[in-house]
Amino acid sequence: MQIPYTVEPRPDTGLYNAKLGVWLFLASEVMLFGALFSALILLRTGATSWPHGYEVLNVPLATINTMVLITSSVSMVMSWAALRLGDFGKYRKWMGLTFLLGLVFMVIKTMEYAAKFEHHLYPSHDNFMATYFTLTGLHGLHVLGGMIVIAYLLGPGSKMWRTEPERYTNRVEVIGLYWHFVDLVWIFLFPTLYLL
Amino acid sequence: MSASEEQAVGAEGHAAEHHELPFWQRYIFSQDHKVIGLQYAFTALCFLLFGFCLMLIMRWQLAFPGRPVPIIGGLLGSANAPGGIMLPEFYNQLGAMHGTIMVFLAVVPLLVGAYGNYLVPLQIGAPDMAFPKLNMASYWCYLPGGLIMLASFFVPGGAANSGWTSYPPLSNIATSGQTWWLVGMVFLITSSLLGSVNFIVTIFQLRAEGLDFMRLPMFVWSQLVTSFLLLLAFPPLEAAGILQLMDRVAGTSFFMPSGLVVSGEVLEVAGGGNPLLWQHLFWFLAHPEVYVLILPAMGIVAEIIANNTRKPLWGYRPMVYSAVFLGFMSFIVWAHHMFLTGMGTAISSFFQTTTMIISVPSVVILSALLISLWGGSIRFNTPMLFALAFLPMFGIGGLTGLPLGLAPSDIHLHDTYYVIGHFHYVVAPGTIFAIFAGIYYWFPKITGRQMSERLGKLHFWPSLIFMNGIFMPMFVQGLAGVSRRLYDGGAQYSHAQGVLHWNAFMSMSAFGLLVAQIPFIINLFVSIRWGVKVGSNPWDATTLEWVAAPSPPVAHGNFPELPVVTRGPYEYSPPESDESFLPQNAVA
Repeated sequence: MQIPYTVEPRPDTGLYNAKLGVWLFLASEVMLFGALFSALILLRTGATSWPHGYEVLNVPLATINTMVLITSSVSMVMSWAALRLGDFGKYRKWMGLTFLLGLVFMVIKTMEYAAKFEHHLYPSHDNFMATYFTLTGLHGLHVLGGMIVIAYLLGPGSKMWRTEPERYTNRVEVIGLYWHFVDLVWIFLFPTLYLL
Repeated sequence: MSASEEQAVGAEGHAAEHHELPFWQRYIFSQDHKVIGLQYAFTALCFLLFGFCLMLIMRWQLAFPGRPVPIIGGLLGSANAPGGIMLPEFYNQLGAMHGTIMVFLAVVPLLVGAYGNYLVPLQIGAPDMAFPKLNMASYWCYLPGGLIMLASFFVPGGAANSGWTSYPPLSNIATSGQTWWLVGMVFLITSSLLGSVNFIVTIFQLRAEGLDFMRLPMFVWSQLVTSFLLLLAFPPLEAAGILQLMDRVAGTSFFMPSGLVVSGEVLEVAGGGNPLLWQHLFWFLAHPEVYVLILPAMGIVAEIIANNTRKPLWGYRPMVYSAVFLGFMSFIVWAHHMFLTGMGTAISSFFQTTTMIISVPSVVILSALLISLWGGSIRFNTPMLFALAFLPMFGIGGLTGLPLGLAPSDIHLHDTYYVIGHFHYVVAPGTIFAIFAGIYYWFPKITGRQMSERLGKLHFWPSLIFMNGIFMPMFVQGLAGVSRRLYDGGAQYSHAQGVLHWNAFMSMSAFGLLVAQIPFIINLFVSIRWGVKVGSNPWDATTLEWVAAPSPPVAHGNFPELPVVTRGPYEYSPPESDESFLPQNAVA
């Protein structure tokens, strides 16, 4: 049995299955983070006192992290473009760079967390710290999930390039869409938590 | 017998040619949507029975408060029921878990996991779901989620006891069972997310050639709308679950207001949280969830009514548009559950207006189903009896909801037995009757054998009577002002005395309902082995699962060859033809 449209797009929808699937998944992710941002707005507008993010959090580190994530989105696109041109060697370099940038982001995030814990700032401190840790923590888990998939695609998953190159390219496109979304969430998190 | 039917029957031999997978891949970690559907069905039916038994224990307590629970009283444990006499804390656990199990572990998995999985690929002419591995993962998230919920009965302090709605701050300070409840919910939400993505992609991408959207059976439409509701409404509950988990585990105060006093002491939390935030996030899921519970049931009933009246559905297009509109509207009615929270009259007015608007498409669908009966030569078989009973039962459930959707009358009725009566009419004799109808209707497709009509009628008539015996008096009690959360059934309230005698009547009806399920259980298991053998299309139906696939459908692939669709789903008694029905894949 062969399931139709796993590789080639269906003519009337113009999509292959996984691409539609990931867009739907991202729609549900929008609802997840949307709910959390709404919670943040409700708590902040109802609070008697709420610190400015830049007074408590490390803005320079977060700015570096923003740059790191945006660069990783670029390298993600480059890796997919290289694969579309059939250049697997170039793809591996760009994809490897994306993974490394994800790692850098996570390391910087860990440093930030460690500094907060040193100053005894835990989620239970106040609702600002609570939202900070919950939102960035959940976002960090998304980055980690993306890195695991990238590692799989570069490692054991890369065998598919030799057998089904088109399907492999689709997989890279799909993880790319996810990666851009995670990047986008950070673009919203950074000003909301750190700058406002 | 039509040509395509003979072809389908003749191809039954193909199944045997398929190479055999090892047992654990065929039945346990299966990727075949039919096996996964049956796994869901079996697991969810077990949960349905378990949730029903929890309710029976509660109903004993309500009818005979303070008397030891008979037979199983000794098994409940001395922490829950010393000497077999139920403690209030245990009653609260039963209440919370009855709701959780029935909604999240029984009815939705039956409608979506079981019916959706088994039937959607068959009705759209697809060889399987779009993502078979995700489909398997969906079941294997559902089962652990359910087992975590069950296991929570055995942790110190017992299972979650803050109602199925888990309102904070009560749930934040509840015993550890609540944490288990939250973890279980995360599993169930993941399962439903994987399932809903899969259903939408399958319906959009894998429709057979010629099957455009206005030729989809009503059941497929209902699953499509339902999947969108699950996809978009569950994540906010997941967000709420994460926040509550943080409150309970990491000591945050998302839902904890400042200066909260518990047992005479001010709680040591940062404070500044908002308990209403939970209610908004929870009902943002839980109201669309109501339509998740009813839309697939309407889909099942539509299939069965069209088939057994031997007529096309009256108003197919308005029904489709209504279902889609219902889906949209269900996202903006949630706060009608919160009229008494003090959120303000302006917001209440908005939500009561949207609530009145959403009742219109529900009525359109119900009316279309009712008018479909007009002038039909109806076959009163067991599936049709259940489908017919669905109409007035859901009607009662829907109409009694209107006073709850209007803020002024809701102030009186809120949190009384009237509410319980209302939504149980929708879900129990409504949705669960549709589920029974579907089991009797599609059983021949799954097994190649028919269930006993005699036992089916023995199941139907007592069930119908006892269902009404349980839920009708709830309206009486509720209008008299009896609260839904009293563990003695209202015995200590003077205003409840006049309606207390109904408690014993309702409990007797509930036990009667249990007895009425015995013929069903016997019928189900006996018919698998000894039911009358039937062909691939015993009901003379038109849709693809009957006309293009053998019974049971081919393992891994469903159809001997993929069907090509030439017409709409309900061409019964066509005027231009001598046939009594035209299959969807009939050659034009």
